[in-house]
Amino acid sequence: MEIVYLAVALILLLALVSGIWRILHGSTAADRILAGQLFATVSIACLLLLAQAFKLPSLRDVALVLALLAAVSAITFVRRLWRNEE
Amino acid sequence: MSLIDIVSSLLLLSGAVFFLVGTIALLRFPDVYTRLHALTTIDNTGLGLIITGLALQAESPALAAKLLLIWLLVLLASASVAHLIAKTAQQRGIKPWTS
Repeated sequence: MEIVYLAVALILLLALVSGIWRILHGSTAADRILAGQLFATVSIACLLLLAQAFKLPSLRDVALVLALLAAVSAITFVRRLWRNEE
Repeated sequence: MSLIDIVSSLLLLSGAVFFLVGTIALLRFPDVYTRLHALTTIDNTGLGLIITGLALQAESPALAAKLLLIWLLVLLASASVAHLIAKTAQQRGIKPWTS
């Protein structure tokens, strides 16, 4: 079963790496923050898979914190930065 | 491999497919509104499938509940962020992509 977890985690990392292109070329700042949200979701899924594969339950807490922080960062960006830019 | 392992592997692999397709969509879609659609699909369906696959393997019901909690949190976050970004983009006068 571990091999399945690791294979899926590898596929997710591929998705994460290709998401960098959107951060580099995003036409607006919102597109870049969307790619950031993608990174957060992918890393949450990766951490959960690795927690199961390597029997490290503490990684699940890291995923929980990441889920909280991703939302906070995107909301802060929109409310504080993007809305009052001009 | 038992039956539950097979079901869980299928769920995990289909979740990974959703992640891949969603990322390609995020790279290929033309404007911020369509990209929001790609991202929320990843957050809802992709992560949902992966968490269901992992919850089937969980040692205790409490662990499965924790995984479900993480998913609900991500659902809530992605829904509110999507609404916020779409509304702000509209206020800034970004026109939705046509044709």
